[in-house]
Amino acid sequence: MLRILHDTKYDFIKWWRVAAITTIVFIVGGLGSFLFKGSWNYSIEFTGGTLMQLQFNQPPDVAQLRSELESNGIHGSEIQQFGSDREFAIRAQESSQIASQAAGAEGVAKRIEAALKKKYGDNAFTVVRREAVSPRVGSELRSGAIIAMAIASMVTLIYLAIRFEWRFAVAAVLSTLHDVLVTLSFIKITHLEVSLTIVAAILTLLGYSANDTIIIFDRVRENLKKARKEPLYDTLNRSINETLPRSVMTHVTVLAATIVLLVFAGEVIRPFAWVMSFGVFVATFSSIYVASPLLLWIERKFPRESTDKAHVTTSAARAASKAERPDRTPALR
Amino acid sequence: MSRIRTRIILIVLLIAGSIYLLFPRDTIVRVKRGNDFVYDTVKRVPLKLGLDLQGGMHLALEVDEAKQAVANKSDALDRALKVVRTRIDQFGVSEPVVQKVGNDRIIVELPGIDDPERATEVVEKQAFLKMQIVDESQALEKSLPRIDQALRDLRVEAGTTVSGDTAKRPAGTLTQLLTKADSGAAKGDSTRKDTAVTPTTGGPFSRRVQVGQIPGEYFVATRDVPVLQQYLEMEQVKNVIPPGKQILWSGDTTSLGGDAFRAFYVVDSRPIITGEYLQDARPNQSPIDGTVVEFQLNNEGGRQFRRETGRHIQDYMAIVLDDRVMGRPPIIQGAIGTRGQITMGQGRDLREAQDLALVLRAGSLPVPLKIAEIRNIGASLGQDSIDAGLRAMAIATAFIVIIMLVYYRGSGGLAVGALALYVLFTMASLAAFGAVLTLPGIAGLVLSVGIAVDANVLIFERIREELDRGKTVRTAVDEGFKHAMSAIIDTSVSTILTAAVLYQFGTGPVRGFAVTLITGIATSLFCAIFVVRTFYMIWLNRARDLQTLSI
Repeated sequence: MLRILHDTKYDFIKWWRVAAITTIVFIVGGLGSFLFKGSWNYSIEFTGGTLMQLQFNQPPDVAQLRSELESNGIHGSEIQQFGSDREFAIRAQESSQIASQAAGAEGVAKRIEAALKKKYGDNAFTVVRREAVSPRVGSELRSGAIIAMAIASMVTLIYLAIRFEWRFAVAAVLSTLHDVLVTLSFIKITHLEVSLTIVAAILTLLGYSANDTIIIFDRVRENLKKARKEPLYDTLNRSINETLPRSVMTHVTVLAATIVLLVFAGEVIRPFAWVMSFGVFVATFSSIYVASPLLLWIERKFPRESTDKAHVTTSAARAASKAERPDRTPALR
Repeated sequence: MSRIRTRIILIVLLIAGSIYLLFPRDTIVRVKRGNDFVYDTVKRVPLKLGLDLQGGMHLALEVDEAKQAVANKSDALDRALKVVRTRIDQFGVSEPVVQKVGNDRIIVELPGIDDPERATEVVEKQAFLKMQIVDESQALEKSLPRIDQALRDLRVEAGTTVSGDTAKRPAGTLTQLLTKADSGAAKGDSTRKDTAVTPTTGGPFSRRVQVGQIPGEYFVATRDVPVLQQYLEMEQVKNVIPPGKQILWSGDTTSLGGDAFRAFYVVDSRPIITGEYLQDARPNQSPIDGTVVEFQLNNEGGRQFRRETGRHIQDYMAIVLDDRVMGRPPIIQGAIGTRGQITMGQGRDLREAQDLALVLRAGSLPVPLKIAEIRNIGASLGQDSIDAGLRAMAIATAFIVIIMLVYYRGSGGLAVGALALYVLFTMASLAAFGAVLTLPGIAGLVLSVGIAVDANVLIFERIREELDRGKTVRTAVDEGFKHAMSAIIDTSVSTILTAAVLYQFGTGPVRGFAVTLITGIATSLFCAIFVVRTFYMIWLNRARDLQTLSI
């Protein structure tokens, strides 16, 4: 029997402060960049605009390509190498260009094509993809997705509150929202193009990330029933350790899939693959380092009463008393 | 034992059903036979590829309200839909989709199209044909001062003074020109050749307009066309256009004395006949007029046309298509019956005439449409995407199979078997729902293969734990399934709830995603729990006194 990480006794929760600082810095960094780096890198599905993918016979000079477009009145377009050095994607998303599309969607695409044909000759390149979209669909979809995510979180919260209890539910949902926030920051920092596929990736994460936390909490629930005298701190650690091989194995299989997509599935799928790979990684991280400390923190703030008072008060008291003595490393222990 | 049999029968039935769903079947599609497109029966796997995979064009059409206000958009689109469908059917493309989406859009999907420009032209052209008599009463000349005055009042040309222009020309040019124009028209083209382009007078409007060779015809230098079109759009200018008259631009530019000009014509607003009486239209090459479209009116239209043309002998008749005058208006020699022709102008090829004939035959659009959205993907790019997607699918599956076999040995083998069934069932349900396979769809499928083994990992790890506690193989398997179940149920239910909410509150693509997610979870649960459990039952029954489990 091949085994990894069998029968481990790591103290995961000890690291909660490091984890908290890392993730807060990441989120603040990502969302803070809105202040000076502008908005998301929305795809034309959201902003409206024109996208053209061109395949050149000879690798063109990007700077020349750009100046050629500028001098023909296509301002502020984004030129991106797409796969090989002979393939380029040109995105024209500036408001004036979107406005000129209102009369007829292909206008801008035709202008780009004409300008480049004039410069490089009729047969120097082929247009392999051409998309022109009005901005209408994008805004509907954006608000729809956000409302749907908020309601989905509420429903998950209620379900978990019934199946576990409200403290678990709050910790699990907060940790899921944390994953979404961190992934959004990742998208913002890496300037990944936000398309419908990316929205789908984030929605997948919404479902996937809760799974990890639920599996650990399921073990916590089971262990709580068995060993009532153990402090919650130790129960959490033990549960994480017990489910560790499983966590690693499930993520290895999912990461295998997302990394294969990243490497082999081509340029169109790459942003999706990035988001999924990163998101799966964060989901693992947060189920251990975010959800469990959150549960502990909630227990301390709102200690439960009745029968299982004993172990909670011990853990809470221990945590509280240790936290007051900063010379003793680490906190919460 | 009988429990195992029931389970096996259920699984075998599902496999058979899935294979049936994916089996190549007879479908009626439009296919190319030689140069024609016909409906025919072909055998094919009932999985539809999206346009991003097979290449092609996607168009979203909306009512162009800038051109014409429409009271009941939905109803107008219903009528437009029929016309667009007829045109597309005649256009020649395999398996086109033409459908109305919501109340304000028509979606046209043309797989494997190689000439997107032509296709948009055919779809978008309103093809409203009218015959209008060209004005001979010099109505425009009479209202030129008022048009100029209106524009001066609006101060459209702040900075430029009228005097600067008039100074160059003697006063009273207008009258002179009017007489000139008259004589020119009367004498015919030959005498007008030398003085073909004669400026009128100095107002913001008239300065840019030059009298043409036939009455009611005016030339504008190409560079001035946008300015004049803008003027003509102004409310104050529209008010002083002579009543009952209409200004229509020519569809063509002409070269006169080395400069490019575009003509406009002043015509009677009331058409003498419209395209609704059109019965047939055919492209042709004529030695005199070049490429033409010959049309034929039905009997009723023929009677009306004969009556009207009889009344207007020696007048000029503008052939107007979508508010553009086609060719130069011919003179009416005598009453015309049911036949006529549209001159395409210089340098137009037969293909354009074919397309025009096609849209005329299909009938005009009841409302002008504009293309709100276009996606056009080359067939080679589509093939590249399929290749990349399938390659990723194969490599990812191989990785996961290796991981499961190396780490869980025999039990991993059971999970791999269940995974194969998962892929089969998922493809079958895609076919059953008539879902369209797109590139992101393939990516989702690859991802789902990675997620599908999660439940198995959960169960196997639990069985290992139970074995560690010294339980027998049989009990460990039973307990492993039993204890893993609560976590599996909770994770699946919360994901399904999320997906259900997304379905309920999401729009288009989000909804599609939710359906795929729910189907995926249900299928993977069935495979990971039911199928793997059955496999274990068979295995443990074969080797009743199994001491160690390969896990």
